[in-house]
Amino acid sequence: MRAHASSCPAADPVIDVQAVYKSFDSVEAVRGVDLRIMEGQFTAILGPNGAGKTTLVEMIEGIQKPEQGSIRITGLPWRGNEDALHRIMGISLQETRFVDRLTVFETIRLFAGFYDLDNGRVDEIIDMTGLCEKRDAYVVELSGGQRQRLALGLALLNHPAILILDEPTTGLDPNARREIWSILLALKKKCRTSLVLTTHYMEEAEHLCDRIVIMDAGKILAQGSLDQLLENHCAGKIIAFSLEPDVDVSDAAWMDGPFPVRWNTDQRKGSFEVTQIENDLPAFIDYLKARQWKLKDMECRRKTLDDLFVSMTGRRLHE
Amino acid sequence: MNKRIHTGQFARLFAAHFKEIIRKPEVIFWGVIFPILMSLGLGIAFTGKGDIVRTIAVIDAGIPSDPAGGPAGAIGGFLERHAEKIPAQGRHPARYRIDLDNENLGRTTFYFISTPWEEARTLLKRGNLNVIMEESAEQIQYHFDPLNTDAQLIYLKLSAMFTDNRAQIPASRNEGIRPLTLDGTRYIDFLIPGLIAMNIMMSCMWGMSYGTIEKRSRKLLRRMVATPMRKSHYLASLMAVRILMNFIEGVLLVVFAWLMFDVKIQGSIAAVMAIFIAGNIAFGGIAMFTSSRTASTEAGNGLINAIVMPMMVLSGIFFSYHNFPDWSIPLIRILPLTMLTDGIRSVFIEGAGISGIVLPAGILTAIGIIFFSVGLRIFKWH
Ligand SMILES: Nc1ncnc2c1ncn2[C@@H]1O[C@H](COP(=O)(O)OP(=O)(O)O)[C@@H](O)[C@H]1O
Ligand SMILES: [Mg+2]
Repeated sequence: MRAHASSCPAADPVIDVQAVYKSFDSVEAVRGVDLRIMEGQFTAILGPNGAGKTTLVEMIEGIQKPEQGSIRITGLPWRGNEDALHRIMGISLQETRFVDRLTVFETIRLFAGFYDLDNGRVDEIIDMTGLCEKRDAYVVELSGGQRQRLALGLALLNHPAILILDEPTTGLDPNARREIWSILLALKKKCRTSLVLTTHYMEEAEHLCDRIVIMDAGKILAQGSLDQLLENHCAGKIIAFSLEPDVDVSDAAWMDGPFPVRWNTDQRKGSFEVTQIENDLPAFIDYLKARQWKLKDMECRRKTLDDLFVSMTGRRLHE
Repeated sequence: MNKRIHTGQFARLFAAHFKEIIRKPEVIFWGVIFPILMSLGLGIAFTGKGDIVRTIAVIDAGIPSDPAGGPAGAIGGFLERHAEKIPAQGRHPARYRIDLDNENLGRTTFYFISTPWEEARTLLKRGNLNVIMEESAEQIQYHFDPLNTDAQLIYLKLSAMFTDNRAQIPASRNEGIRPLTLDGTRYIDFLIPGLIAMNIMMSCMWGMSYGTIEKRSRKLLRRMVATPMRKSHYLASLMAVRILMNFIEGVLLVVFAWLMFDVKIQGSIAAVMAIFIAGNIAFGGIAMFTSSRTASTEAGNGLINAIVMPMMVLSGIFFSYHNFPDWSIPLIRILPLTMLTDGIRSVFIEGAGISGIVLPAGILTAIGIIFFSVGLRIFKWH
């Protein structure tokens, strides 16, 4: 086996994506993406539905072929290295449905056979993903969270140096999501695995990953650690508030004021960016007092990734 | 990579495919129970030694609507003299009955009912009637479809009875009837090889083809090829499981037919195996080709039906394709299902040996290999 994460010097990226393009019929799904992932790094690709996340990671996984650009995994292109790269990579696809009437154990054992692993490893995986109770249950009987854990377990079978998960927690309730998170965090402590996961949950990216790549409409908009992103792109703070129902305010009322409020008339909520809360907040309160507009509630906070996304695209992550 | 890896991979794929199949109740039903029920139903319906019963309508006037009212006309008079009078009971109207017994042919029973023209025609169309008799000017007239050989036969018998004025077919002059009871001449002997062939086709097309299309639509196929799995192992294990299942199903059907109807294989077992394997290769290849591109189970459904249905109708599973027009026979004979059915039949009922099925088995294998290679070339794993 030539390709092994350890065989490449630490400075080289394990995943190197350069100027990659891919389109379907009329849709340009990925439009010029450059991405380098270093060994041991946990990276989230954060973006709304249709951003091109799946297309991008499936090209990295060798499932789809880029139209232009190059993709190298541990320095190797896919072409001619399929078998070697399949052995160092673990993946879970967005929504794979396994055979209904195979048990959890049988499903994992089937995949273990592809890597020449024995039943001992199968039991380790069942243990690691907390599926002991469901060991002999048919796949069709599993809950959504259990299915996602099964998919994750299959991805972990071969001790992958590179793990790529496409929306591993989409559609799960917060508990089930946290179970997946804890499996991944345990992995981070123990192994030098490099992880790429796609998500449209800001919290997931923040909680799990060292590095966040924000993607929309086939392009990378920004990338870096959470702090870097917030510092570079979201220097300011946010003041968000709502007004009492009897106050009659329209969009227009804010137009002439000193504050750049984005006002939602239906929900009677507004928010705006400020640079310094200490100066701007008293001024805002005075402004409200002068008009006798009563506050219902108010919060001052640091900007989030969602705010960042809004300021870059005008839309929220969930739409 | 050592050898063990590959055998381990193949064995696990084989086990997984096998379990996947046998855990589907519908597989057991369609593969095992359905062919047996079919052979049972059709076998009893067409092989039983039951009496032949035929119904003849006599247009009004011929028989008085109230049989007690006495005879009217020549037909009525004949029936009054020679037939048993049966009063109306249940859904049957009053009717006359004549039994013709023959020690070699069994019993033929004729029922005569009285109906107006309109009703007789409706009953004839529905198949409730075989012949219509009418009397005009002292003459008996018979109405029936001249293309219906059964009706012709009835006409001959009736005409003989009414001409001789006795409820009997004239005893033959110097000739005798010797019922032919060679092995393999009954309908069930014809049917069983057809059902075996049909099952091979159905099970390859629905089991392999549909199964693969479903795995593609569930993105399982692309998940599997994102591992070091050998694609050839996937396909070979699929094929091997299918041959095993078809073998089990075929053996069960043959054993059932042997116990129930005393169906026997006249030719060599080796020849049966050879044509059976060739049939599996042919339909395995066609199934693989059919499932090579589509990821939609609806499209797959239509595609499989489009391939299976014409062969089901044309290939002579249930009745001989020699009833189709002459020009179509050469075309029908090159259909894979026809070749397979004819091949199995030649061994089962004509006693063919290996040499008798070399040609169809060779062609079927070639068909399978061609479809398989083309299918593999265009196969969409992702
Ligand atoms: N196989 C395909 N055929 C046609 N359009 C596709 C296909 N896959 C993706 N797309 C389109 O490409 C865009 C990006 O899709 P995708 O990569 O799945 O986004 P995401 O995973 O971020 O939701 C979408 O507009 C989607 O409709
Ligand atoms: Mg996606």
